[in-house]
Amino acid sequence: MITSRYIKENYVRRLPSAFCPGCGDGQILNAIIRAIDHLKIDRKDVAAVSGIGCSAWIPSPYLRVDSLHTTHGRPIAFATGLKVANPRLKVIVVSGDGDATGIGGNHLLHAARSNVGITVIMVNNGLYAMTGGQVAPTTPHEAKTTTTPYGNPAFSLDVSRVVAAAGASYVARWTTWHMNQLIRSIEKAIMKKGFSFIEVLSQCPTYEGRMLNMDHIQMLEWFKNKFREDADGIYKIGEFVDIEKPELTEELEKMIERVKK
Amino acid sequence: MISPGEYFVEGDLAAAYGAIKAGCLFFAGYPITPASEITQAMAELLPRVGGKFLQMEDEIASISAIIGASWAGLKSMTATSGPGFSLMQENIGYAAMTETPIVIIDVQRAGPAIGQASRPAQGDIMQSRFGSHGDYETIVLSPNSVQEMFDLTIKAFNLAETYRVPVIVLSDAEVGHMMERLIVPENVEIVNRRIAKSLQETTIYDESLVSPMGRFGDGLELMITGSTHRPDGTRDTGTPEVQESLVKRLVNKIEKNRERIENWEEMYTDDADILVISHGASSRPSKGAVIRARKEGIKAGFLRPKVLWPSPEKRMKELESNVKKVILPEMSLRGYKMEVERIFRGKLLHMPKVGGVVPTVEEILKKIREASL
Repeated sequence: MITSRYIKENYVRRLPSAFCPGCGDGQILNAIIRAIDHLKIDRKDVAAVSGIGCSAWIPSPYLRVDSLHTTHGRPIAFATGLKVANPRLKVIVVSGDGDATGIGGNHLLHAARSNVGITVIMVNNGLYAMTGGQVAPTTPHEAKTTTTPYGNPAFSLDVSRVVAAAGASYVARWTTWHMNQLIRSIEKAIMKKGFSFIEVLSQCPTYEGRMLNMDHIQMLEWFKNKFREDADGIYKIGEFVDIEKPELTEELEKMIERVKK
Repeated sequence: MISPGEYFVEGDLAAAYGAIKAGCLFFAGYPITPASEITQAMAELLPRVGGKFLQMEDEIASISAIIGASWAGLKSMTATSGPGFSLMQENIGYAAMTETPIVIIDVQRAGPAIGQASRPAQGDIMQSRFGSHGDYETIVLSPNSVQEMFDLTIKAFNLAETYRVPVIVLSDAEVGHMMERLIVPENVEIVNRRIAKSLQETTIYDESLVSPMGRFGDGLELMITGSTHRPDGTRDTGTPEVQESLVKRLVNKIEKNRERIENWEEMYTDDADILVISHGASSRPSKGAVIRARKEGIKAGFLRPKVLWPSPEKRMKELESNVKKVILPEMSLRGYKMEVERIFRGKLLHMPKVGGVVPTVEEILKKIREASL
């Protein structure tokens, strides 16, 4: 039984957090910690990398592992260098939807393509929250945000499907309602040899909730009712990809052994 | 690997040899003229010494990856040219803020924008110091030969490791693509970073204002951030004193140590009336012109900064009172002009040459003759 006291003493740098009341980021921190604890990995073998945005704060400053809090959109590229330089590390990137698919979309595609053995947990709240609730690549068509006051004229990206098509070894989508599935999924992702990606739909009561006229409880109920394994499109949750294939750092190591002979 | 002896190679390759000699074990880059030869050479050489090479999706990813690799404890480098160097600016500031040792080779080409991709220029000098936002300092080296592409790349790693800063080797298409003799010496001085054994150690600055660097995977629970932070890494963006002491130290660790970092070549300066200052490719005909002028009886002298930033400020100030005119031949309308003009003011005769061609000895000699009248 993992108690909250055990988690605080062993895995959290400090509390209380700076997250808004009702924010899903604390739940995701909790899920990451439980996954690491279940796996019994030494904390010194885990490195967390994040970019800019609310979810970037999940590992930095809260998760008690080596953490690299980088520039906006670039955590996956930093993490790739870190992983290739020290393949022993379990490198976990926590990134928002704007960070991972807007400014940093290129890096996400290429990390999936090259199958570098890092884990990306993308917290998807459907907008840019830290900067004040602006439209993101994940914002639904016609949704109102602070930069689409008359509704979003553009269309949203189904990120998990794109990452699956780009060649990831593991892709799953959950919401903050599906905590047990999420924890098990993070465990699998961390242990997966190749590139693993988990999209977590998460509530932002402050901006998303205000636009939808919902509080965090109502948003979680919406996740519970609407997001199902038998649903379609963005509402479909579950594991989309779970395969084994050659991974970048291993291929590099093999090449080095070959060349050095 | 890169055994001592004589080679006949181009500048870009010599830079790659220098990196390997310096102990570089990680390179990430993106193809760009006229720096691709460095990237190709690193792809070939690194696996042979057990190092890692990655071609990334763009230059932003390249500099991101080398910063990540540096925190894993490896000496890391990238190479690029103008357009790619522009893309890297944000993360050069990040490396300065997080005190991450990295080496960036910018083989300058004529800009702005795409410009003349395969022609040399010297228009990135101010960018190499001020390209990222906010207050910070870098160290910028200026090789003018194949030998110096080798020597100064090694020096760049040593300085990066010593001061925990991004160090830029500011070459150009002329020096990068020329072929000359390279001598790889038996013994090369190599500096390795001081590795911290505890988080506490990372907060203790020596007299150079530098602290030992942590390494990911050692269990120090490092918290590295590009946000304003306290010495232990804790983000603190609201306390004015935290920002002030951090940024002042980032700038002062170069300023305070500048006399140890500054480096230049000079000739005939004792009695010079006319001082020719030049750097990189344009310094070669400049030196030739000064030698010719001396033969004609003109009291010309020569000064070449091998380190552009920090500049040889003190030496230039000493020379200022003795010289009557200063000529600055360079392949840019701006180049190093502001720095030289700041010290020599009205004595400066700027001699920019744009078009993607190196000024000739004749052109510079003509200018020296005019100045001597």
